[in-house]
Amino acid sequence: MPHLKVESDIKNIGMEGNMSLSLKVWRQSDKDAAGGFEDYKLAHVSPDMSFLEMFDVLNEQLIEEGKEPVSFDHDCREGICGACSMYINGRPHGPLRGVTTCQLHMRSFKDGDTIVVEPWRASAFPVIKDLVVDRDAFDRVISAGGFVSVNTGNAQDANSLPIAKESADDAFAAAACIGCGACVAACKNASAMLFVSAKISQLALLPQGQAERSIRAEKMVAQMDAEGFGACTNTGACSAECPKEISLENIARLNREYIGAKFSSSAV
Amino acid sequence: MATSSRLDAKIPQGSLESKWSKYRSSVPLVNPANKRNLEIIVVGTGLAGASAAATLAELGYKVKAFCFQDSPRRAHSIAAQGGINAAKNYQNDGDSVYRLFYDTIKGGDYRAREANVHRLAEVSGNIIDQCVAAGVPFAREYGGLLSNRSFGGTQVQRTFYAAGQTGQQLLLGAYSGLQRQVGMGTIKMYNRHEMLDIVNIDGKCRGIIARNLITGELERHGGHAVLLCTGGYGNVFYLSTNAMGSNVTAAWKAHKRGAFFGNPCFTQIHPTCIPVSGEHQSKLTLMSESLRNDGRIWVPKKQNDNRPGNEIPEAERDYYLERRYPAFGNLVPRDIASRAAKERCDAGYGVGTSKLAVYLDFAAAVERYGRGEASKNNIHNASDVDIITWGKAVVKEKYGNLFDMYKQITGEDPYEVPMRIYPAVHYTMGGLWVDYNLMTTVPGLYSLGEANFSDHGANRLGASALMQGLADGYFVIPYTIGAYLASEIRTGKISTDHEAFVKAETEVRERIETLLRIQGKTSPELFHRRLGKIMWDKCGMARNAEGLKEAIQEIRQLRKDFWSDVKVMGNATYFNPELDKANRVADFIELGELMCLDALDRNESCGGHFREEYQTEEGEALRDDENYMYVSAWEHKGPEDWELHKEELVYENIKIAQRSYK
Amino acid sequence: MSWFSQTLTSSIGKKLLMALTGLFLISFLVVHATINAMIFYNDGGETFSHWGHFMGTNPIIRTLEIGLVAGFILHIADGLILWKNNREARPVRYAVNNASANSTWYSRSMGLLGTLLLIFLVIHTAHFWIPNRSNQFATGEELNLYQMMLDIFQNPVIVLIYVLGCISLFWHLLHGFKSAFQSLGLNHVKYNGAISFVGTAFSIIVPILFALMPISIYLGWVN
Repeated sequence: MPHLKVESDIKNIGMEGNMSLSLKVWRQSDKDAAGGFEDYKLAHVSPDMSFLEMFDVLNEQLIEEGKEPVSFDHDCREGICGACSMYINGRPHGPLRGVTTCQLHMRSFKDGDTIVVEPWRASAFPVIKDLVVDRDAFDRVISAGGFVSVNTGNAQDANSLPIAKESADDAFAAAACIGCGACVAACKNASAMLFVSAKISQLALLPQGQAERSIRAEKMVAQMDAEGFGACTNTGACSAECPKEISLENIARLNREYIGAKFSSSAV
Repeated sequence: MATSSRLDAKIPQGSLESKWSKYRSSVPLVNPANKRNLEIIVVGTGLAGASAAATLAELGYKVKAFCFQDSPRRAHSIAAQGGINAAKNYQNDGDSVYRLFYDTIKGGDYRAREANVHRLAEVSGNIIDQCVAAGVPFAREYGGLLSNRSFGGTQVQRTFYAAGQTGQQLLLGAYSGLQRQVGMGTIKMYNRHEMLDIVNIDGKCRGIIARNLITGELERHGGHAVLLCTGGYGNVFYLSTNAMGSNVTAAWKAHKRGAFFGNPCFTQIHPTCIPVSGEHQSKLTLMSESLRNDGRIWVPKKQNDNRPGNEIPEAERDYYLERRYPAFGNLVPRDIASRAAKERCDAGYGVGTSKLAVYLDFAAAVERYGRGEASKNNIHNASDVDIITWGKAVVKEKYGNLFDMYKQITGEDPYEVPMRIYPAVHYTMGGLWVDYNLMTTVPGLYSLGEANFSDHGANRLGASALMQGLADGYFVIPYTIGAYLASEIRTGKISTDHEAFVKAETEVRERIETLLRIQGKTSPELFHRRLGKIMWDKCGMARNAEGLKEAIQEIRQLRKDFWSDVKVMGNATYFNPELDKANRVADFIELGELMCLDALDRNESCGGHFREEYQTEEGEALRDDENYMYVSAWEHKGPEDWELHKEELVYENIKIAQRSYK
Repeated sequence: MSWFSQTLTSSIGKKLLMALTGLFLISFLVVHATINAMIFYNDGGETFSHWGHFMGTNPIIRTLEIGLVAGFILHIADGLILWKNNREARPVRYAVNNASANSTWYSRSMGLLGTLLLIFLVIHTAHFWIPNRSNQFATGEELNLYQMMLDIFQNPVIVLIYVLGCISLFWHLLHGFKSAFQSLGLNHVKYNGAISFVGTAFSIIVPILFALMPISIYLGWVN
């Protein structure tokens, strides 16, 4: 039975471990409010907890004290939906590589640690509340061209289009992007190039994406710029912090696709 | 057949094979000029919602889509790992539409509608075509053609996949189609909006009340049809593989406004999840069922054996699935694999500190693949160390991301020690009752995907959820909705000033105000945990009449406690996840009672529903086709009051048999 | 806006311009370093002056020089615009930022290194290029650059400034060389190793060569 054994166990939530932590968490009541850090202490944290479960414990503690719990985005808690978005001790998704905040476990921290948690910072990602930011900009970039224009029912038989395994694998590796925004958060310029390049690459590598290849690159980049993301300095921070380890090669491909499209397409 | 005049499944006449194609060709059409004036509201943007919204917009309807997440791309379809079934027979291994249909009916323990399931099998191939055309990067062979694998409960290779991220890739495909229409202005997308009620006018569904989760404002949205694509309700158990936000609220509101709830007790417990590590656990993580293709499941032959798994010699291991089900072995359907694990653990053979886990072991696969690599490369005198190294490399390529995930969560390296797994709530076959058109008992209100009860009977086969979600959204609703909307072209724009909208909005507002006013001592989270405990203990993998009766009483008490002692922080005028959670938990509590009622009514064991009183001597599920071959459709009459309607299931094409995987 | 200016003012266009002008300036560094290295013949400046005269008077080279100045101006102006845009993209900074965990300090400091180089460039052109060209315009005669070098590099402070300039150049090139290829989309598993090797080698060799000039003169190795 994977559940709480007895009613009294409910009281033990967050009392199972022996780690003590100090937290400095960004609190901001809404988009226009000033915001600032608040300090919290947590005792009895278990190393088997996920980082977000540690926040659950913190929130229960805050409710107990009559304070408002910390708002943060989260949903699947298995590293795939891309909702979670915490800047932990100066790094998006915390100290591990290739891991989202929800899959980060407290065994990655030490007893007595102070942990600073901030929201993603970018003008294109305004803070909604506490650690929650607005990432609609990503949706709008996809709306600008991150698709193949094929209406339902248009498709031919799936196997009538052989695709070299390497291309399919590379396209898949790019398509693994979860749209969390860690790339933007990590980049010193708050650039969204890794995100945009992942989608551009996926579709540029596949035959299905060829028809709209030029216009896709032009429109997605135009939208990316309109959203107020910065430019790329090729520091590689995005890829290093990407929980899905999307390669920098994609940004080079984006550059190629965009430059090629701009200088060769017939759109004036 | 049905015991209620409202339960007309509207199954077309004709032979099973021709029902859908004939119906599709004769269903009324709406002319393009009229489509522009018809508004459709789609709630939920997972596979079913996103594909439906995109397709309906392509057809020319005006669509409004809603999701509670910050982006439609985060819907929980994204977390599906293993794959999607389709009767393509690309592997030439004897697959066909009929076989997929048959496997699904049998896998569902003969509790699904023949006509619906056959239609699902018929359109399954189109789904793959559509997804490939949209740029979904499915796994491929070196020849450039699509790769397939087999999946639990079937003996053919019909599962298409994209590593362990098939759901993600399919959802992103559907999402890109949705966003394309958003960009074209044919879909208006409402992110971070939660549907809190439906609005019926003169017996037809005419819109919804939604709450903007950022500002807290209540909004009225009118439409000629409303599609609920809001997923399943597994979170009623608190711990499940569902996302934290997955909830029953939309379906439940519809239920309380007249939509019957079908087979609420049919819950799928997935056999291969990562075991609970402690009381802090907030959700459970699934390990794809595809692992059972290569992993062997076992427990020690000795009770309470505390040796580490890799130190227990071969002779002292009990590969209980291979022992009990030699024909299917580790690939038996989910319900059977889950119950077998529970049986071993309850009998004292469990492993790990909690003793609530069994081993999933890849040692044999590593060796087999290692030898395969050796012979592929013409190496005849390879050392054991080399073979293990090569074998691990193959396993890594196939399941690397799953192994990494396991290691990340448990801190153990599954390449070195066997994985520990335990069943967890994963999917709900039950849901809103719908007819062949996917319409609920409320005219104009539809339900698609996991939110409806339709295609999986009492147990869903692996890789069939993605298939159903996309079938409903891409290939069913775009046709069947015409049957209703063709008669709505004279309705005109739906006014949200109608008193029904005012009334529904007032009720929603009052409920929110009540929640905030109580200011008791217990957080919504703790109520949710309490509900989960009752449900898992008494309405989980095994149920009995006595426990269910107790559960109903306990849930009623819990409901009273909730409405007198819940403590919701903050207010309703800004982003407040605590309030959202309280709203959802309140609905889960009511649903829990109905699930127990349904489980109590069904005096048989079938699929995911296992009543301890009804089992064979060997401990297998004992179905009662004589008395229970029906869909339970529950009508909400008032607080704690339901009326059961029965839709008899008729099997004209399949010979009913006791399900055997031995 | 025309498609061309639209392209060059887009985020990728600005990077393209940075990369193209950067690579152009890198090609200039090759010529500059090669000709200046003629002082190491230690032949009293004969070879150096021969080539210096060629560079200062050949009409093709003189025309190209306009391109060079334009290249510098574009690289600098574009860099400043990017710096401003990029800062605006993150109006609120992080309180704690552990950037060293994901990137090198010099890749994040191209603006700073570029500014140091700009300061150095002003000092350097004020020493040689500006007086020489002004004199050419005024009198038609070239100055004796070799002798000017010998004079100027007697001052240890100036030598130190030049060495610091070369160190800035090293870090700027170490990122800039490879980064230019990435911005142009030239990233391929077969050639990345070569680009990286050549880039690193170039970033080391050229600044060392430059730095050796004032040092050698100051220490009297070249006279």
